[in-house]
Amino acid sequence: MSVDGFSLSDRPLDATAVSALSSSMASSHAGALVTFEGRVRDTNDGRTVIGLEYDAYPALCLTEGQAVIDEATARPGVLGARCVHRVGNLAVGDVAVWIGVIGGHREEAFAACRYVIDEVKRRVPIWKKERYADGTSGWIGADGSGRAAPGRPTRSPGHG
Amino acid sequence: MAGSPLKTVTLCYYAAFREAAGVREEPWSSGARTAAELYAEIAARRGFRFDRSTLKVAVNDQVVSWETAVTDGDTVVFLAPFAGG
Repeated sequence: MSVDGFSLSDRPLDATAVSALSSSMASSHAGALVTFEGRVRDTNDGRTVIGLEYDAYPALCLTEGQAVIDEATARPGVLGARCVHRVGNLAVGDVAVWIGVIGGHREEAFAACRYVIDEVKRRVPIWKKERYADGTSGWIGADGSGRAAPGRPTRSPGHG
Repeated sequence: MAGSPLKTVTLCYYAAFREAAGVREEPWSSGARTAAELYAEIAARRGFRFDRSTLKVAVNDQVVSWETAVTDGDTVVFLAPFAGG
């Protein structure tokens, strides 16, 4: 039987963890398992990214994330959905978010998986701070632009 | 803020707010009537430079309107635009 739900993880979503997640999405009625991995990329907005940090507001993440999962599993043909999002420090190449959806057929599983990642990005209170090769870092979108706030030296915390 | 009784709320900060405030959480005594008034007061005192039109506010773990009344004992979180995924 599959496990539905949204969760946060401060542990790496490495090959072992991801394999266990895929295995948890089991149903004899499922003809398809669609998974999505969001990974840390080495560039953003023309800058070289060397790593990042995710911070999350846990209580609201769990209620809003679960609402997204419930909406996905209410779709016709969808048998189960699960999403795990990382918090803490990540390196380039690390899995930041994992989503798995099982369905009777592939079309509904693909569509529901897409729905989960789009809605999680839009509605779940998680924030990302990128660290750059030039020694600066910034929280993405904190100035409302969708880009990194003006970079500040990593070692001297800003004030205001 | 005159005319509104003083109340104490708990402010929880995440991400850019945590960094700007320098703490994860703090008690805050205020006469602010609404979440909007509370934010204006804290932003002025803390020197926050966020564009409020891009922010949301949660009171007691629920996203609410900026006009929501703030009451004694509330937990308040200001939310910068989300950047998960």
